[in-house]
Amino acid sequence: MGEAIVITSGKGGVGKTTTTANIGTALALMEKKVCLIDTDIGLRNLDVVMGLENRIIYDIVDVIEERCKLKQALIKDKRFDYLSVLPAAQTSDKSSVTTEGMLRIITELKQEYDYIIIDCPAGIEQGFQNAIAGADKAIVVTTPEKSSVRDADRIIGLLEKEDMVEPPRLVINRIRNHMMKSGDMLDIDDVLQILSVDLIGIVIDDEEVIKASNKGEPVAFKPNTKASIAYRNIARRILGETVPLQNLDTEKGMMQKVKKFFGMRV
Amino acid sequence: MVQEKKQLITMKGTKDGLTLFIEDSCSFEQAIQELGRKMKESRPTQHEPIVSVRVKLGHRYLNDEQLERLKQTICEENRFTIHSIESDVVLREEARLWQANSEIKAMNRIVRSGQILHVTGDLLLIGDVNPGGKVTATGNIYILGNLRGIAHAGVDGDIKAFIAASFMNPSQLRIADYISRAPDYESDGVYMECGLVDEEKDKIIIDRLQVLSHKRKEINRFERRMQNG
Ligand SMILES: Nc1ncnc2c1ncn2[C@@H]1O[C@H](COP(=O)(O)OP(=O)(O)OP(=O)(O)O)[C@@H](O)[C@H]1O
Ligand SMILES: [Mg+2]
Repeated sequence: MGEAIVITSGKGGVGKTTTTANIGTALALMEKKVCLIDTDIGLRNLDVVMGLENRIIYDIVDVIEERCKLKQALIKDKRFDYLSVLPAAQTSDKSSVTTEGMLRIITELKQEYDYIIIDCPAGIEQGFQNAIAGADKAIVVTTPEKSSVRDADRIIGLLEKEDMVEPPRLVINRIRNHMMKSGDMLDIDDVLQILSVDLIGIVIDDEEVIKASNKGEPVAFKPNTKASIAYRNIARRILGETVPLQNLDTEKGMMQKVKKFFGMRV
Repeated sequence: MVQEKKQLITMKGTKDGLTLFIEDSCSFEQAIQELGRKMKESRPTQHEPIVSVRVKLGHRYLNDEQLERLKQTICEENRFTIHSIESDVVLREEARLWQANSEIKAMNRIVRSGQILHVTGDLLLIGDVNPGGKVTATGNIYILGNLRGIAHAGVDGDIKAFIAASFMNPSQLRIADYISRAPDYESDGVYMECGLVDEEKDKIIIDRLQVLSHKRKEINRFERRMQNG
């Protein structure tokens, strides 16, 4: 039986879709069977980031409204046999997606896949409710900005009311080291102090991410950019490995500080 | 006769006026008739000053109607004013309300953005109040954690209520109808402080926790109720 993980944030544009695509890719690189679900009805773009948009025939609404079988709507990735995407509908009415429909889809996917990664729309309305309905775990994405952290906090509060198998974990995305140091951005410690959840990864702000998304090839494929390592590390942590946080710079003592966040003994 | 022996109404003059003890073992009718007689006897004349009266009911409970009659009997011709009426008895439901209002409710959670936590009585929160979160209590608020959102103590109007926190960096503090908000510039917050209403300055002040020991002596709300009625 597979495990369903929802990627959510509250605030829009902080990197949910990017995180979904890259975690999915990284898990596939580790030979896991992965299915990505885009639940952002009307604003689908997970397929674009994965470079699969031309292959879409059916979408999630077609499955829910029984115009096709689930298997028919899944798009197989170009690079891996066991990486699939269930695309969102671009045109349909949002209200056709229901929590029951989502549960049915996820239950079926869990028979076949190890990981089902659900890309959640921004906001806390029905789309959010649908996206989290079938999830066993949640990853909350935030950037180191006050407004983004505030929305992440709201989302964590809502997630804590769901019965998931563990509390949500956090990705801090688009970190700019020099701004954190100068105090122009919240630093990792500030963010964690407010949100009081476990960190599952930090990702720097990296042009490579944007370039890769544009090409339809998630950055996680690249062997050694900082961002690709970051996403692969997140995937390893999902698999239960203990991986220290990336060194954002060469300053000594950083690792020490960072280990603390994972509750590891130094 | 037996009844004559026992005084139904005992009057005692004090420097503040008159204290009336009403025997609690007789019927209300008996007591009120006797009271009417006695009041008439001792009523000050038009030329004497008005006398203030404290009434002690002992273990007698009066309903609203009886209370009204008691007041009328004493205040007839306006030569007496009632300072207080005290009974040693409270109704069960009243007592429950008192209790609910004076209990400390301990909570163990984080109050996150968009969440509101309300308790009747005092709130002891073990955890943070995040920006955008809010805690309210009819009594005091004690936070073993970081207060970064809004705290509102004494929501029903108790201006003696206060807010204490391990770390104070609230966006707003409210006590009864008073509101104070954080400055518009970024502030660092303070450790181990409390917010309370300074009645002279007519506003909320923030001070070290130590000031509570003399500014809010009756920290226990139940005792405060017992003393102030
Ligand atoms: N670590 C990063 N470094 C640089 N750019 C990034 C990074 N993460 C995301 N981006 C860029 O930020 C933009 C928004 O990202 P993305 O679409 O993943 O956000 P989202 O949360 O899914 O947005 P929405 O709420 O609209 O669905 C994209 O252009 C993406 O390429
Ligand atoms: Mg998105």
